[in-house]
Amino acid sequence: MKSETTETLDKYAIDKYKYGFVTDIEADRPKKGLNEETIKFISKKKDEPEWMLLWRLNSFKKWLKMSQPEWANLKIPDIDFQDIYYYSAPKGFEKKPKDLSEVDPKLIETYNKLGIPLQEQKVLAGVAVDAVFDSVSVATTYKGELEKLGIVFCSISEAVKSHPDLVKKYLGSVIPPGDHSYSALNSAVFTDGSFVYIPENTKCPIELSTYFRINAEETGQFERTLIIADRGSYVSYLEGCTAPQRDSNQLHAANVELIALDDAEIKYSTVQNWYPGDEDGKGGIYNFVTKRGLCKGKNSKISWTQVETGSAITWKYPSCILKGDNSIGEFYSVAITNNYQQADTGTKMTHIGRNTRSKIISKGISLGNSQNTYRGNVSFLRKSAKARNYTQCDSLLVGNKCGAHTIPYIDSKNNTAVVEHEASTSKINEDQLYYCRQRGLSHEEAVSLIVNGFCKQVLQELPMEFAVEAQKLVSISLEGSVG
Amino acid sequence: MIFLNINNLNVTIDGKQILRDFNLNINLGEVHAIMGPNGSGKSTLANVLAGNEDYEVKSGKIIFKDQNLFDLNIEERAQLGIFLAFQYPVEIPGVNITPFLQASLNSRLKNQNKEEVDNLDFAKILRSKAQELGINSEMLKRSINTGFSGGEKKRYEILQMSILNPEFAIFDETDSGLDVDALRIVTEGINKFKTNNNSFLIITHYQKLLDYIKPDFVHVMRDGSIVKSGDISLASEIEESGYKNF
Repeated sequence: MKSETTETLDKYAIDKYKYGFVTDIEADRPKKGLNEETIKFISKKKDEPEWMLLWRLNSFKKWLKMSQPEWANLKIPDIDFQDIYYYSAPKGFEKKPKDLSEVDPKLIETYNKLGIPLQEQKVLAGVAVDAVFDSVSVATTYKGELEKLGIVFCSISEAVKSHPDLVKKYLGSVIPPGDHSYSALNSAVFTDGSFVYIPENTKCPIELSTYFRINAEETGQFERTLIIADRGSYVSYLEGCTAPQRDSNQLHAANVELIALDDAEIKYSTVQNWYPGDEDGKGGIYNFVTKRGLCKGKNSKISWTQVETGSAITWKYPSCILKGDNSIGEFYSVAITNNYQQADTGTKMTHIGRNTRSKIISKGISLGNSQNTYRGNVSFLRKSAKARNYTQCDSLLVGNKCGAHTIPYIDSKNNTAVVEHEASTSKINEDQLYYCRQRGLSHEEAVSLIVNGFCKQVLQELPMEFAVEAQKLVSISLEGSVG
Repeated sequence: MIFLNINNLNVTIDGKQILRDFNLNINLGEVHAIMGPNGSGKSTLANVLAGNEDYEVKSGKIIFKDQNLFDLNIEERAQLGIFLAFQYPVEIPGVNITPFLQASLNSRLKNQNKEEVDNLDFAKILRSKAQELGINSEMLKRSINTGFSGGEKKRYEILQMSILNPEFAIFDETDSGLDVDALRIVTEGINKFKTNNNSFLIITHYQKLLDYIKPDFVHVMRDGSIVKSGDISLASEIEESGYKNF
């Protein structure tokens, strides 16, 4: 039995990445390197107001004084920040095209290949898409329909100009530029991303979605997303990502801020499938992402769901600050690492208000030679009377060369807080496979069933269309080049 | 048709010989029991029949339903109608029995060129079989064998058998770790499932199990081969004076 299992596991260890193509399109970029000139170049390209440029430059000054965070359980090679392009846009994107007829057909084809049609009539019913290609937003669909409800869904570059008051008020209010070096970096050079505003008592009738694509070589992608849900509103937002297959590593350092006012709810789902590198660990995206939600108002709710299968290195902790009384924070995560991928991911739940509740469900799956760490921080501040947290962290190991680590921190300054923590580490072992096969299932069916069963609790949190997609992605991440 | 014929089977594991010139013939509709002391090779026999690749078959032949078993891997044998009720059924956290057993059943139906069952029909089958066996519906919501007691695990094996409907079921020391009540429930399940169109191989250490399931043949195994065959009276003989006379 050993030989066959090893063979199958080895097959799984070779990932197949079907999004690895490059679109051959002429790009407009500044010189490599990070300095005031680069920042001014970006700001000018985006035709930004003065205050935005100053904000960027201030962030840059902070970045200069900061060093990279080093506490994660990751081996991160030195990143030469002067050897990266900080902006890349398909030629002719000084102004965002008014409609798709002005967009280079090559770009539209790229998104079609990725399965993200931009023509509205073809867009999945009920999903509005904002597509970001390298540093610029290519198209936002369904915009008109949403405007009728007072919902703003556009690129952040546009919002800086069209809704400066909202941007000024909230940008950096949840993730201050000086939070850590990657937030300072992003604040200095962010290029594009989405902006969403849901007015009072409005339930956004469709899923809002952003699709990020890194295309140009040696280019960093620094997306910035800001979502504001006003009192009593609701929005569900989805995010997907891919990148071409390259030998060199690329940097992606995003900042996402969510703000939920009284009785508002934001559901944020991510399927992250950046290029993970090849089976020897060459290439792949460095995914250093800061995502933080503020439950500002009472009875507000923010729910993060993520399926992380890509990237060479993932460093990501979608968090919730539970400020409003009775507010709720949730984090559901599946992180799959294969080959030489490394992931250090988890969440931070900060309970400030009374009766605040948080729930963390984390599922880590390690294959090949990969390392997968859950890192969580649950804290209860002095006034968080009767706050509660439930945490469940499960790890699944496939093979015997990978590692799973669970690092939960709990910090309570209020003695009425209640914390529950459950953790498990299990292995798909020979006996389980033998058992499944004795009941007539093939090796692959058995592994896929065991892993999907393991992730089910999280996958069922995803919106319908996404859940099916995510399930497929999970199977692909396992299958490798099964022929 | 030859149902099951094991001819001069020699099997080793890690270079150590376990089965020596082992012979056994089972016809459709028969219940055979194999008894023997620890280390006599009983569980090896069960695992070799199921296709466990940890064992090395040195020589000999097994014919099942006119097919050479050594041409088939574990899942192909299962699909052909071999069911092994494990001595220690393994826990599979997070996997519910419904999708698991539905996939199992469909792999078997496909092998028989029959139409596969859909989710709805399968849920009905599962519920009615569970009811028949006195398994409550709460248990069906749990993960396979996870946190089950010894008795619950064995009842789960019986449930799977009755749904997969194999022609040949092997019970590997099913009685180990069961109290009298659990043993009665499990054996009732086996008796209910028994027809003229299926056969059983019951591997056990004690006679107790055979009080509930009446085998047609009893074989005594020692050092890798059958040393004596007879009827149920052989089991009583062992109960009285142990294995020392064999």
